[in-house]
Amino acid sequence: MKFIVSAIITAALSFGFGLYFPWWTIVIAGMLTGFLIPQHWGLSFLSAFTGVFLLWGLMALFISVSNDHILAKRISMLVIKNSSPYLIILMTALIGGLTAGLSASTARSLYNLIKK
Amino acid sequence: MKYFIFLVSLLMNTALVYVLGTRSVLPLPLGSFLSVQEGVWQNAEPVDQDFNASLRFDALKGKVDVFLDDRLVPHVFAEQENDAYFVQGYLHAKFRLWQMEFQTHAAAGRVSEIVGEKAINYDRNQRRMGMVYAAENALSAMENDSQTISAIDAYTAGVNSYISSLKTSDLPIEYKLLGYQPEKWTNLKSALFTKQMTQTLAGYDRDFEFTNALKLLGEENFRILYPSIPDSLYPVIAKGTVYNKPLAVLNPPASADSLYFKRTDTIQFVEDFKPNPSNGSNSWAVSGNKTQSGKPILSNDPHLGLTLPSIWFEIQLKTPAFNAYGVSFPGLPGVVIGFNDSISFGFTNAGRDVKDYYEIQFRDTDKKEYWFDSSWKPTTRRLEQIQIKNAKTVEDTVAYTVFGPVMYDKSFKTDLTAEKAYALKWVAHDTSNILKMWLLLNRATNYTDYLEAIGHFNVPGQNMIFASKSGDIALWQQGSFPLRWNDQGLFVMPGTDSSYMWMGYIPHEENPHGFNPVEGYLSSANQRAADSSYPYFMPGSYEVYRAITINRKLAAMNSITAQDMQLLQNNNYNVFAEDARPILLKYTINEQLSADEKKYLSLVASWNLMNDAKEKAPTCFTAWWDSLHAEVFNDDLVQDNMPLAKPEKFVLLEALEKDSSFKFIDNINTPTKEDLYQMVTVALKKASKKLASLEKENKLEWAQYKNTTVYHLLKTNAMAFAREGLMNGGGNGIINATQHDHGPSWRMVVEMTSPTNAYGVYPGGQSGNPGSKFYDNFIAQWAKGAYYKLWFMESAAVDGATCKWKMSFASK
Repeated sequence: MKFIVSAIITAALSFGFGLYFPWWTIVIAGMLTGFLIPQHWGLSFLSAFTGVFLLWGLMALFISVSNDHILAKRISMLVIKNSSPYLIILMTALIGGLTAGLSASTARSLYNLIKK
Repeated sequence: MKYFIFLVSLLMNTALVYVLGTRSVLPLPLGSFLSVQEGVWQNAEPVDQDFNASLRFDALKGKVDVFLDDRLVPHVFAEQENDAYFVQGYLHAKFRLWQMEFQTHAAAGRVSEIVGEKAINYDRNQRRMGMVYAAENALSAMENDSQTISAIDAYTAGVNSYISSLKTSDLPIEYKLLGYQPEKWTNLKSALFTKQMTQTLAGYDRDFEFTNALKLLGEENFRILYPSIPDSLYPVIAKGTVYNKPLAVLNPPASADSLYFKRTDTIQFVEDFKPNPSNGSNSWAVSGNKTQSGKPILSNDPHLGLTLPSIWFEIQLKTPAFNAYGVSFPGLPGVVIGFNDSISFGFTNAGRDVKDYYEIQFRDTDKKEYWFDSSWKPTTRRLEQIQIKNAKTVEDTVAYTVFGPVMYDKSFKTDLTAEKAYALKWVAHDTSNILKMWLLLNRATNYTDYLEAIGHFNVPGQNMIFASKSGDIALWQQGSFPLRWNDQGLFVMPGTDSSYMWMGYIPHEENPHGFNPVEGYLSSANQRAADSSYPYFMPGSYEVYRAITINRKLAAMNSITAQDMQLLQNNNYNVFAEDARPILLKYTINEQLSADEKKYLSLVASWNLMNDAKEKAPTCFTAWWDSLHAEVFNDDLVQDNMPLAKPEKFVLLEALEKDSSFKFIDNINTPTKEDLYQMVTVALKKASKKLASLEKENKLEWAQYKNTTVYHLLKTNAMAFAREGLMNGGGNGIINATQHDHGPSWRMVVEMTSPTNAYGVYPGGQSGNPGSKFYDNFIAQWAKGAYYKLWFMESAAVDGATCKWKMSFASK
């Protein structure tokens, strides 16, 4: 349950920050939930990862489908020399997920260090 | 352990955010670039995008309604003329902002700001050529004309009102890719755009190459290899036209023989960034007595580098003063090639040489004084500061003389010795307002209005085709063309003496022109405008062959329809090969050929002379002729570090037609004397090797070989945004002038009936966004030679099927 709540909160915060601030504010989203929601640091990582992986992945997928993948194919070719739109969507999701996940685990392990 | 977990996690987190956030590890900051809410995903335009909008701006005086059709062409209906230009600026920016800024940065020599050190030489070249100086002069002329300045002010305000509305996430993809932000648009940028076009169309010259060739070959051979008038010339203005006597007899200065024609030294550096000499166009107008409808038809297809986003943006502008439709340049107000209720207009490049070099003698390396008319004269010095991405600003001081900027000296071309410097004299530096021509053409209703409009145009010299609903057709070669004595400016001139300066310009009324000729048609295709009876010296870089096909076809055609004109624009007949093939076939020694060589020979022999996409013969013929050209001339013209011009293809063809023992046939590097049989046969053998390897890669078919490609403006750095491998025919010297990355950038046919019957297509799309379905949606249509019927709205009454969206603009 904590896992799901943590994932949802990280995603929601990331989305909210993203409306006004640069992409790296997902670091803050990940750290906030990691610090405040008590879980094993590994689960903190996984929940934040899952939340933002799904947020970015699903949003990119939705955008790309309504664009008939015109841009995703070009960007995929540009960045990874492959014309599959799904690879670049996956890559987008991984970038968001990893950034949030590592931020959460960093904050959680910091919490574990200082709580005593 | 806790510490370890924390530290590892922190370290990985920091490293990841750093790598994703910088350009110094990966070429792209993937975090922001792929961010869903900030990066490129925001540029993925839904295929069912709703373009309806209601916008309010203080700057507007009245209401403007914009109807966007199913091809995203805006039809702008404005209550006030200047409001139309405001909205045109807004729309150009909305659909083409990155391109507008990039092209004008390129004009101004500011590319290093965007891409870094690799562009320094390009930027210096632009600055030293005086591009910004030229644009400033143009702007001052625009500011002196109230009609022009109010139009351009409104346009600039429109562009900026769009830029101000942009959020980071809305920026065009290229800004995200290269990592910079747009700056405000200015009137100077519009002026810079006109100079970029001038550089493209009137920036080609061979002064240094010719100077070297004259020294190397001697005058007699120079005239053979670089003749000024081809025998096969079909001039713009029909042969036999009687011209007025020249205003004055122009004689070279007394010192010309020793100081000009008999130079003792050669020029030992190579110029970079020369414009493509294929920049050109076709245009023609046929009068009503040759058409089925009884009304004139005007056709135009300008040949430029094929780029995405396209150089053109289609638009209709309806104001109380006029209703014009056609293509515009993102960066300028008005319609550039198109038509209105009464007339139509188009352009081809005149190709005249309006650019000369003068050898300057500086007093010392400070470049503060130069020797001119028997005394030391001060130079004006212009400090150019070239900002460079991730590096220190580079400064370059350019000395300006009475001729113009000193483009080449030792500080720029290290091959030059300290005492050699060359100043550039170029019509593009003159103070003039060419924009005024388009503002007037858009509202012109008859031939007199057209004449008044084109009088404002000086450079790049153009053949300006005209047709009216009232039945007139006309063509003027318009521009400011230097008044020169024979051979003046072909070679580098002494810059120590005013006697070598231009003697003004040929009066506009003496420019070659035609009006309602008895033949019933007028045409131009970058050929020399007049034959030798024209009383003024007219050097330039001209094409020969498209004009021959066009004249031959138009002379034979009657009851012409708009569809006939479309077919003619897409004609692939190779008239050069018609004359060149018999020579190749006649002089081949068949007994010396291998099976492969015989196969390629027979492909050429049985060819229908059409450069069609699926034909293999055009590839074989082209390789063979190019090989012959190299065999004949390379021994005579290859010199280290000394620029020389390749003789044009008509030179070899006409020489061989006249004389099979043409003196350049012999290879000067061998003791034996080669004849034409040997040359043609060796040329085929060498070409066959290349053809065999092409055949292995399945690239013998003309379209495969040519691989027509519409590059993104970032060229090979953004192949994901380009379109490669288009299936089409054509080529150099063919009406369908489609080469590898160059060709008809807009094809237009306008029949002057009521209502106007017009067609057009360009290889691109209205949107500059690679994430839009409107980015390249015209390309397939263009590649197959098809057109769109242009929807010329007479009134704001909306046709639901064609009109997809409406944008309303009003003042606050």
